[in-house]
Amino acid sequence: MFQSAPVNGSFEELAMPLFGRLYNLAYWLARDRASAEDLVQETYMKALRGFASFQPGTNFRAWIYRILRNTFLTSQAGLNVSLSFDDADETPPEPAELHTPESILLVRAEQDLVRRALEMLPVPAREIILLCDFEEMSYSEISQALGIPMGTVMSRLSRARKAMRNLLAAQLEGTKP
Amino acid sequence: MTCPTNQLDAFVDGELSPAALAAVEAHLQTCPACSAHALAQMQLKNSVRAAADAYQPSPEFRARIAAQVATKQRRPLHFWLSPALALVAAVVLVAISVPLIARHYAHERALSELLDLHVSTLASANPVDVVSTDRHTVKPWFQGKLPFTFNLPDLTYSPYTLLGGKLIFFNHAPEAQLLFSFRQHRISVFVLKSATSSRDGVQTEDGFTTESWTAGGLHCIVVSDASAADVHALADLMRSAQAK
Repeated sequence: MFQSAPVNGSFEELAMPLFGRLYNLAYWLARDRASAEDLVQETYMKALRGFASFQPGTNFRAWIYRILRNTFLTSQAGLNVSLSFDDADETPPEPAELHTPESILLVRAEQDLVRRALEMLPVPAREIILLCDFEEMSYSEISQALGIPMGTVMSRLSRARKAMRNLLAAQLEGTKP
Repeated sequence: MTCPTNQLDAFVDGELSPAALAAVEAHLQTCPACSAHALAQMQLKNSVRAAADAYQPSPEFRARIAAQVATKQRRPLHFWLSPALALVAAVVLVAISVPLIARHYAHERALSELLDLHVSTLASANPVDVVSTDRHTVKPWFQGKLPFTFNLPDLTYSPYTLLGGKLIFFNHAPEAQLLFSFRQHRISVFVLKSATSSRDGVQTEDGFTTESWTAGGLHCIVVSDASAADVHALADLMRSAQAK
């Protein structure tokens, strides 16, 4: 109950270095500049107000990301987002064939295709791929940030990647001469 | 070993225990399908890493938030108490009345959050969802968006102007925020249906005045940096509109 003040840095020191990355994530969630700015602004104000309740020494990035996400989900844009992403379905993905969309992609270095595929993914899938592959969060950090069990992190990630591969495959199919 | 397809993600993400890692690596030596899959996963991960870094905040936006963080940052609460004193204090606090304290903090949190909403509205590029031409454009706009309705005062002969309204989410319920102007000040009026722990009354914090009241099952909270008297005058106009 009587918790001492955070000792590993002020809010400013902890939060401002994450600004650019949180904005990037906010944009990927909200999909336009004004909404992303509103989302980041509200996240920083909420996090600042709640900073006294942040446990020093625990993961600040996962903590503030969770605030960003909850803020997004209660925003107008977030209300339209379906939160389910087949978490119940635990079947592992099939092994890929040798000529995978990814291997063709590597040669062609088509960042636009990857971006477009990310945009087309349902939000929960886009979010978990970004946290894992772009933010390079560990499964345990992702579990804290999203408030879901580790097992769900793994199955959701696996399904998200499968969906991503399917989208890439469909796009590559569409670009064939 | 059967193909550890469900472990290939964890392998690529560096999340396997040393024992599991050794087993998967040994398997990959002998299984072209799993090797191809793991390679593909790695390529996908690299592609995402490169492609996802797509959006940069404008320098103005960064500066604005940095300034807000710097000015709003307050010292966290310090309790300069020895552990023994803390225990005594805790026992006394519990004995006095936990529910009372809990209500107090819930109230403070609710007000804090509304104050945040007011501040972010002012800083927002699009502060309102519906721009007011008069009170008859704002009220109907909320129809179908809110599970309740409310009246707006006639401001013709008052110094207040209704700028517009905004749908907000408070305690996970849709609620109304109205934005007024008064000279150079902006005033938010929150009309809430959800059971807030907000107590009625006037409070000031960080130079902001809030005035709250409950009428007809709705909680209204006026928030502004205008003077307490000016906040009160608008609160009175809102109160009489609700009483109609």
